[in-house]
Amino acid sequence: MTAALRFDPIRLPEKCEQLRKEVRAFLAEEIAAGTFDPHKPNREDTDVPEFSRKVGERGWLGMTWPKKYGGHERSFLERYVVTEEMRVANAPTRRFFVADRQSGPVLLKYAPEHIKMEILPRICKGEICFAIGMSEPNSGSDLFAAKTRATKTDGGYLINGTKIWTSSAHIADYMIAIFRTSPPTKENRRHGLTQFLVKMKQPGIKVNPIGQITGQYEFNEVVFTDHFIPDDHVLGEIDGAWKQATSELAYERSGPERFLETYYVLTELVRAVGNNPDTRSAEGIGRLVAQVHTMRRMSVSVAGMLQAGKEPVVEASIVKDIGTIWEQQLPHRVRELAAFVEETATNRETLEKQLDFATKTAPKLTIQGGTTEVLRGIIARGLGLR
Amino acid sequence: MAESENIVAETAEKIFADLADAQTINHDKKGEWKAPLWQALTDAGLPLSWVPEDCGGSGASLAEGFSVLSAAGRFAVAVPLAETMLAGWLLAQAKIISPDGEMTVVPASPKDRITVSADGSLSGRARGVPFAKAARHFAVLASDAKGSFSIALVDAGKCRIESGLNLGGDQSDVVTLDKVQPVAIKPAPHGFDQTRLLLMGGVARSLQIAGALESMLEISVRYSNERVAFEKKISKFQAVQHNLARLAGESAAALAAATSAADAISNATSFNDEVFLEATAAKIRCAEAAEKGGGIAHQVHGAIGFTIEHILHRYSLRALAWRDDFGSESYWAVELGKRVCVRGADELWPLVASR
Repeated sequence: MTAALRFDPIRLPEKCEQLRKEVRAFLAEEIAAGTFDPHKPNREDTDVPEFSRKVGERGWLGMTWPKKYGGHERSFLERYVVTEEMRVANAPTRRFFVADRQSGPVLLKYAPEHIKMEILPRICKGEICFAIGMSEPNSGSDLFAAKTRATKTDGGYLINGTKIWTSSAHIADYMIAIFRTSPPTKENRRHGLTQFLVKMKQPGIKVNPIGQITGQYEFNEVVFTDHFIPDDHVLGEIDGAWKQATSELAYERSGPERFLETYYVLTELVRAVGNNPDTRSAEGIGRLVAQVHTMRRMSVSVAGMLQAGKEPVVEASIVKDIGTIWEQQLPHRVRELAAFVEETATNRETLEKQLDFATKTAPKLTIQGGTTEVLRGIIARGLGLR
Repeated sequence: MAESENIVAETAEKIFADLADAQTINHDKKGEWKAPLWQALTDAGLPLSWVPEDCGGSGASLAEGFSVLSAAGRFAVAVPLAETMLAGWLLAQAKIISPDGEMTVVPASPKDRITVSADGSLSGRARGVPFAKAARHFAVLASDAKGSFSIALVDAGKCRIESGLNLGGDQSDVVTLDKVQPVAIKPAPHGFDQTRLLLMGGVARSLQIAGALESMLEISVRYSNERVAFEKKISKFQAVQHNLARLAGESAAALAAATSAADAISNATSFNDEVFLEATAAKIRCAEAAEKGGGIAHQVHGAIGFTIEHILHRYSLRALAWRDDFGSESYWAVELGKRVCVRGADELWPLVASR
């Protein structure tokens, strides 16, 4: 068989189930204490520093990283369990999630030792927040079109230009960004980009919030004007960021956050329908549950591949492609079924509010972390079509 | 996967490759390929994979048998291999020795019931029974007036069989039993019911559908790299690439759901809600994938894939036909939805995340 796309039926080991219980108990305590409301995905206050520190104290940040950097040397499957429980509970993970999923692993691989020693333990404690500086005005998914310049100067680089759609930049302590250090060559359009560790809240960086159609302010425009970055904040190879950035994407594209973002509307629909559904509701719910189950089996399978040290680039792209399309369609399918919910359902108002928010969230889901079109290009390459 | 599983699956794969080449079968209007294939499968002990050695079978594990069905799906072979395996498995539940030759299971649809009378005779009507016309024996699941289940071996010659064909052109018949005395009948094990039989059949069909989708992806990719239109290979058009990426997604989802369900059943100690979710979800998701994936495969092939001469229909139509066997995806979606609602909203995630 040419394609040989395998998604082995990985089962979570027993210690994951113990961990799951601990995470559920912790989240129940936090909900009881009023830290967050699991029925409100559209919290205004998604940045909850105190919650981040508590998650760090529990040992649930940097779970797979070496102990000498504050990590816990646990498995990707254990991390998977923590991530999915947090997501399903609508926990306020914004402050630590990007650092834990992506920025930390980049630093582990490419940062100089003293930077790792300084920053990674603080991520593990839930003290610091990261943003990712990839997109620029007029570049978007076309990473090679990035123009923001890093010009060599004494002891470092001067940064000039603008990043955009940067989630959490307004609260971030650091950003890992790619800047242009050389023009692309005729032979290699991907040449000339370099990855940097940017310390935010420094001179020469201005963060301008951009409102979203959900009513949230999560995106930002980040303008650099002669911002200085020291030499030891270069991550990896000068002009070689493209390869570094793409090799990390399996982590970003296959996790439970890539199919569970609107999951709460399904739970709320089941609540509204009650325990004696009519045939249409039962069939609709059954099909949706079959989908989420299948997505999760695929996602767990990719976590197993990561644990085994593989780089499942194509498999991760498939999970992201069908996962985000599913979570995008979910509020619309739930809306169709909700039309038949009794007026007297006690959670009707909650369901309607959630549907409103999920429907507004949906358009971004197939864009963030690689657009559907880009992902299908990667899958097509994996199939040998290009 | 254990080493031994690979050997059983590799044996099946080799037999199919040698004797069930899709192109050859497609050109063989008289069906002369069937006898040598069935003989080779029988010689290898594959039709009775799931029958223990002391019941006349080859005593393969459930997982090994499922890997044979995966291979059978990739070749979309129209012989009653899955059906005979299921029948042997059903008979083995009651320690009834399996006879030689082709078998199938009755009933094959959730709406049909076979009843057993006080005198041990069987009555009832079962529709959509795959390969009933080709079978020498039926493995029958029947219930008495109290709702207790029995498993019986029945001589096909004692039943009335009305011939029918499914979408893929394979036998899908109506079987009527009118006070038929079985060759053997024994009580089913405690807790064994029609749902379990149908879901076992459903998982078998899910693996076959997933296998057919794997082949549809393969032949579609190959064709797109051969066919030239507008002065370039159609595989170089972005629209075609994106369609094939979607087909890969459907194929991967079907395979993931089906293999996960097979693994769940192979390792289950009881038939609980988690196993029910795995098995029903596989049938639902694979059926949806058959529709979407098959549509894309035909689109990539253009009009040529619509012709009887081309092999594509061997996979696409069977995948569509298999949706209906052992409960359609609509039926199982209702059953799964009801079970989810009875458990309640707060028990949904614990169910999904149970494994």
